[in-house]
Amino acid sequence: MSNGYHIVVCAGIVPDPLQTLEPVQTPQGWGLKNEMMLPAVLDPWASHALYEAANLAKNAPGSKVTLVSVAPKAKLQQVMMTLAQKVPFELVAADAPAGGFTDANDVAAVLAEAIQAIPDLDMANLLLFGGWESASRGAGATMQILGEMLGITEQFQGVDEITVTAEGKLQILERIEGGRHQVSECAGAPVVLGWATGNLPEPKNNPQVGMQNMRTVMPSLQKARPAALSGEDLNYAGIEVPKATRETRIEKNMSADEIAQEIVAWIKG
Amino acid sequence: MNELPEGIERQGMDVDIVCVGFGPAAGGFLTTLSRAMMNDDGTPAIESRTMPGMPPQVMCYERADDVAFGVSGVVTRARGIRATFPDLNPGEIPLTAPVKDEKVIYLLDPHGASRRSGMLKLADKTLGLLKPVLGVKDHAYELPYIPPFLRKHDGLLLSIGQFNQWVGGQVMGSGLVQVWPGTPVTKPLVEKDTVVGVQLTDQGVDKTGAPGAGFMPGMEIRAPLTVVADGPIGPVGRQLDEHFGMPEGHHQRDWAVGMKMVVDLPEGCELEPGTVLHTLGYPEPEIFGFLYVYPGNVASMGIFVPSWFDNPVRTSYRYLQHWMLHPYLWKHLEGGTLRSWGAKSIQEAGRRGEPHLVGDGYARIGEGSGSTNVLTNSGVDEAWTTGTQLAEAVIELLKEGKDFSRENLEATYVKRRRESWVEEEGRIAEHARDGFQKGFIRGLIGTALAGMTRGKLNLACTAPRPHERIPSIEEYYKGRIPPGEIAAIRKECVRKGLSLHDALMERAGWPEIPLDGQLLMSHQDALLVGGKVQAMEGYADHVVFIYPHLCERCGTKTCVEICSAQAITMNPEGDVPLFDREKCVHCGACIWSCSEGREDDPEHGNIEFRAGAGGLHSAEN
Repeated sequence: MSNGYHIVVCAGIVPDPLQTLEPVQTPQGWGLKNEMMLPAVLDPWASHALYEAANLAKNAPGSKVTLVSVAPKAKLQQVMMTLAQKVPFELVAADAPAGGFTDANDVAAVLAEAIQAIPDLDMANLLLFGGWESASRGAGATMQILGEMLGITEQFQGVDEITVTAEGKLQILERIEGGRHQVSECAGAPVVLGWATGNLPEPKNNPQVGMQNMRTVMPSLQKARPAALSGEDLNYAGIEVPKATRETRIEKNMSADEIAQEIVAWIKG
Repeated sequence: MNELPEGIERQGMDVDIVCVGFGPAAGGFLTTLSRAMMNDDGTPAIESRTMPGMPPQVMCYERADDVAFGVSGVVTRARGIRATFPDLNPGEIPLTAPVKDEKVIYLLDPHGASRRSGMLKLADKTLGLLKPVLGVKDHAYELPYIPPFLRKHDGLLLSIGQFNQWVGGQVMGSGLVQVWPGTPVTKPLVEKDTVVGVQLTDQGVDKTGAPGAGFMPGMEIRAPLTVVADGPIGPVGRQLDEHFGMPEGHHQRDWAVGMKMVVDLPEGCELEPGTVLHTLGYPEPEIFGFLYVYPGNVASMGIFVPSWFDNPVRTSYRYLQHWMLHPYLWKHLEGGTLRSWGAKSIQEAGRRGEPHLVGDGYARIGEGSGSTNVLTNSGVDEAWTTGTQLAEAVIELLKEGKDFSRENLEATYVKRRRESWVEEEGRIAEHARDGFQKGFIRGLIGTALAGMTRGKLNLACTAPRPHERIPSIEEYYKGRIPPGEIAAIRKECVRKGLSLHDALMERAGWPEIPLDGQLLMSHQDALLVGGKVQAMEGYADHVVFIYPHLCERCGTKTCVEICSAQAITMNPEGDVPLFDREKCVHCGACIWSCSEGREDDPEHGNIEFRAGAGGLHSAEN
């Protein structure tokens, strides 16, 4: 690893947001109705982090990507079937719910323990990637807490781009208000990067990459142990799923131009 | 894509078993197979031939983005499913309930807009006269008797999406089977009449299949056994039919498209979980409907539009809305909200549409293998059972070290199937629906005869090819809309790129749909809100109009009218319809709704349905 990075991507899974999501009280606290029967996807924010990690690893010889996931083991397998087709990685998994009601501090502790247990972890060259926020809950705190637990002081949130300079420094673009970026430079690893959307498109599925990845992913999944997420210190005063509003109106006599004008007027308010 | 660009190779991989499609048949197959692969001490009970020392390497490829994205309105006796899961607790699977109350209802036409025969009109009139005696209300007559062959009193209501997800979780949880969603299979690999595997679909191509940026040729997955479970419209099964032909006297000429919704019923709805309603008579006599009530005030409902419904503008969506608005149903549905929507084709030829079940290197299971029973209106449990039968046969052959030759598969899988209830009941049903080829009432009589005499009596006939029975629009609306007016409507609709059915139906007396944006919404809204349709980029169009000159002479464009997703549309600039891959829900109704038979293959119409990715994205159908 002396010439490359060890990029550890923290990525949970979330219920496919297009499905019908209903928060319910369960004996273990809040959860989603029929959570285990909902198709799941990798948390979209973390997905960007993974694609960026794979791209960086490809361009930095000697680098490798480890995906660390705290998620329901059974659902994780399904997600991996799709994800493994897109980019190469090694998996470290811990079995835990993914409905969005876990405590960020608890999750960070589990992640920290899992990362520290990676046999060939190279702290000096560690780039710790994750989502800036989570699609299941927008607290955006997990990566920051995790970085602190691992003693990594260089932290960047809302990242859209990372460039390795000729001198080996890291140039990082962080989102700031007004649709602009703040450009930072740090000497190098170890560093925490909470990703926004990045600039890379979602890689296409490549079954060949997938078949190779699954050879290592399947044993890792089988090794996944239940994560210690007590949730005892967390209470929710209220739970609400964001509402999708859709208005249907039939217009038979309006031209396309008129419809477009009305939409523009509506957007402008 | 046979010729690859220079410098690009098609990769390959060897496995023990490759399975195409993940539905109930593959679920039954993989569940049964995976249970037998390992010993209790963690050593392989059966050894892989491609990776010695390991358990068999089993791959399953599913076109849809997830194992849960199937479509079916399932009421089933669940005999095969319960045989696999003897301790099955319906409470473990969401949207599952034991059947409690069954009704069959004849719906009268409150608008007088449907096309009814003289005999049916007489029956309707009689019902009207005897209204107080028979208890006819809300324009509906609840039949006092349900024939035994239709009853599901000991059965279950399921959501195929949730059931597939439940099964898929267990199969994948075993760690012994890999199920790859979002991975369409282009074709079987056939060498000297032996199936040696499959080829996955090319990615990074344009709509014609030509390589573009990011081109990635689909892998060849080679296996001693290819299990074909890709349903009635699956490209692998259809290509095998083309290559090997159908058994003597078998054909697949009877089809239907089932279109359904899953709905949150309004608060205070009186329908109890476990209620099963089956309807006939409306919105057209040929269209049957169903409504099943799940726990939690949720219902699954829909209609079937068959290939023998001789309406060239047979729109499923518009008819579904009229069906929901029937007073007998609307009193329960008004105020409800759409949760999910979907559509699929059903191969209604059943056992008569059975292809060669096995050959050297391959076996067919599920609906595409002719297992659906159109007399008992049951397909999921039959499909599941064929999957378990094949798995038992495969385990037997693997343990005995025998290969997957036609002879060995005949002696194990086909033998099991022939000796099972699936075969026995399939034979009873073989001619049950024939009467419908010659009319609705004749069809009902034929079905009753076949059902009550266990198939000994029926009104058998040879079904014409679907394209042979689609009349012209002018013929269908003869006496109701003058040809000149139809011509004007057609011209206007083509100019706007619209289908004809809305304009023609309203002209024929059907009322406008009072859209509420909640349950009664535009077709495209149902697609987006309910179907949540998705399509990954980089795939070729999977619906192809083979010979343009056949489209040019076609006056009906039934493919446009029936398209469940409005993915096939009128072309304002030509006669070949347009296809929008991103809307397609892969129902396949266009295959059997083409009114132009091919000159080089008169059995089939002018539409080829190839492998494609995406489609419905809802797990509740």
